[in-house]
Amino acid sequence: MTWNSTTYSGWGRALKAKGEIARPERQGALEACLSDGLLPACGMRRSYGDAALNDGGRLIDMTRLDRMLGFDPETGILEVEAGARIGDIAAAFAPRGWLPAVMPGTGLATVGGCIAQDVHGKNHHHIGSFCQHVVALRLRQAKGTVAVSPDKTPDLFRATAGGLGQTGIILSARIRLIPCKGDVMVVTERRIEDWDQHLALLDASTATYTVGWIDATATGAALGRGILEEGETGAGLVPKRVSTRRVPLDAPAFALSGPVVRAFNAAYYRRVPARGRTVVKPIADFFFPLDKIHDWNRLYGKRGFHQFQCVVPLAAAPALRQMLESVAASGLASPLAVLKRMGPGRAGFLSFPMEGYTLAVDFPNRDEARALIARLQAMTAAAGGRIYFAKDSLARGTDAAAMYPELADWRAQVAKADPGRRLATDMVRRLNLRSEA
Amino acid sequence: MSDTWIILGATSSMARAFARKAAASGAAVLLAGRDQPDIAILAEDCRLRGARLAEALPFDARAPEGFAPLIDRLTREEGRLNAAVFVGSMPPQSAIDADPALIDGTVTDSFTGPARFLQLFAPLVEARAGGTVVGVGSVAGDRGRIGNYVYGSAKAGFHTYLSGLRNRLTRAGGHVVTVKPGFVDTSMTWGLPGMFLVASPEAVADDIWKAVTKRKNVIYTPFFWRFIMLIIRHIPEFIFKKMKI
Ligand SMILES: Cc1cc2nc3c(=O)[nH]c(=O)nc-3n(C[C@H](O)[C@H](O)[C@H](O)COP(=O)(O)OP(=O)(O)OC[C@H]3O[C@@H](n4cnc5c(N)ncnc54)[C@H](O)[C@@H]3O)c2cc1C
Repeated sequence: MTWNSTTYSGWGRALKAKGEIARPERQGALEACLSDGLLPACGMRRSYGDAALNDGGRLIDMTRLDRMLGFDPETGILEVEAGARIGDIAAAFAPRGWLPAVMPGTGLATVGGCIAQDVHGKNHHHIGSFCQHVVALRLRQAKGTVAVSPDKTPDLFRATAGGLGQTGIILSARIRLIPCKGDVMVVTERRIEDWDQHLALLDASTATYTVGWIDATATGAALGRGILEEGETGAGLVPKRVSTRRVPLDAPAFALSGPVVRAFNAAYYRRVPARGRTVVKPIADFFFPLDKIHDWNRLYGKRGFHQFQCVVPLAAAPALRQMLESVAASGLASPLAVLKRMGPGRAGFLSFPMEGYTLAVDFPNRDEARALIARLQAMTAAAGGRIYFAKDSLARGTDAAAMYPELADWRAQVAKADPGRRLATDMVRRLNLRSEA
Repeated sequence: MSDTWIILGATSSMARAFARKAAASGAAVLLAGRDQPDIAILAEDCRLRGARLAEALPFDARAPEGFAPLIDRLTREEGRLNAAVFVGSMPPQSAIDADPALIDGTVTDSFTGPARFLQLFAPLVEARAGGTVVGVGSVAGDRGRIGNYVYGSAKAGFHTYLSGLRNRLTRAGGHVVTVKPGFVDTSMTWGLPGMFLVASPEAVADDIWKAVTKRKNVIYTPFFWRFIMLIIRHIPEFIFKKMKI
């Protein structure tokens, strides 16, 4: 059957949609799905909230249009269908010395999803965002397919990069791969004792890939403690294969309760010896640590969870510290919390990155957590920062408008690209992104 | 040893996943099916994943005059020749009840077409004293059910054919793997009600690839279908005939 009538959600499982989804396996089949008009597309629905949901309507799942279309070893430019997953590309090319320039924290994200959220990786401070390495792409709009590139159609490109799929269905893209030494990572892990040291080490890090795990339950003098991971690609060493495991059931509520998380975090922190250590890992273990556990979102039980992610300017670091204090004091955070330094690189009107620090924390979907996230969003806005559409499921329209100063430019392009307003998704409606509210 | 795989029905998602496994092993892959532009895309994908050579070729189970050129193309490759058959068609039983002529096409796609191709292919295995045939059947072929007994009987015929072919090729050092998938997440099952324990095409391809390397004879994939079908096959007919499963 072409249309699967189903109830579905984003990765956080807190917001749900009901509707029909088609998953074409060939380009011809995609065209047949669009015979009644254009429809919004989704990738692997690794966005946490409702970016890839269309309640009451139809949606095109692009994940089976996932083929590599061509590679030029002179330039490192790879052409792929939009449904190809970042981890698959990395696995196929790393042994030959190439990696996607930018890789998000899950290898299951598709190229289409990475473009539509202009995602960032652990090397953002050096290399910028995903779409800064997109050389060209093909968009299916109401009237047919158009070619888009940063130099020939700069405005449409900037509306598409991080543009939540509102300018058309991304069919394929030409993305730049970067040379790597091989398919293993040499990773240095160090304990970080507190907030000030955390920022200082992130600022001073010269590694190609840098990320800080943060214990969002630690308070007082230990506030901001964590582990700094710095990675470089390497070759010649053969690490053991990773086997994936699956979370078979929705976990009961106590699984991620305050005491459990605090105990887990303390152990996780001590896992790295006080003097630090260097380990060799398969690249997937470093870049996509959570992909080893299939369906890990079920650990949060059937109510699902939220991720709060913000970025604030460098000078607003004290405000970020206050946010972390609220998080730590609440005792609601899960073990998954990350602090990174971001560079200025961004490619679209609605791209998330700005030069500064980004904090991401997961919370179970409970009243107290939603109230806390609302406070954190307000603090972000006050600090001149912004929240990330790939993670959000709670913000309101007014929040977004204040945080994304180029929203008007985006709207103007989107109005031209999709005059029939066929591509709107639940997120676009919730945040009122397309209308001048 | 340089291997060549001809993959029939290459546009199916199971075939795509299997072709990628073969490609990653460095084999040459000849991808055969009806939608040439789509198969050409897969061929490039396989090249980029490490295939020594990847080519799109036309194959239509209902047009046996096209089989000999494929065999000719295969003989131009040196080394071991292997074939994997992913073709088949499953019109709804209700459509067949309304138009019995659909039976011919179903049987041709799922059984006699591939069998005629494999009759031409078998001598290549014998001549080169090695090579594997993978035939994808179905759990539906293990017992006739009200819901899809024409498709099921075509696959049952194919299973029996593969068992005979195995008997023949074993003597020449060749091998035949019969694959019986349960529910697989393909365009054929997308949106069908009543699906459970659905496997990804990649998981099925992994199982098939392992079966090829270990020279397994008959595999169920995912493995637990062996037990499900064991039970279903042992239900006495006087009970089974009244069941609706
Ligand atoms: C464990 C985990 C770690 C993560 N780590 C990071 C990280 O480090 N950095 C980061 O930036 N993000 C990160 N993310 C977020 C993730 O990278 C993004 O949400 C990404 O967009 C997911 O890709 P997807 O294929 O699942 O897209 P989806 O979530 O399915 O879709 C995302 C958006 O893209 C649109 N879209 C998808 N495909 C197309 C297409 N072909 N044409 C048009 N529009 C399309 C959808 O409409 C939607 O608006 C993480 C997510 C998880 C679950």
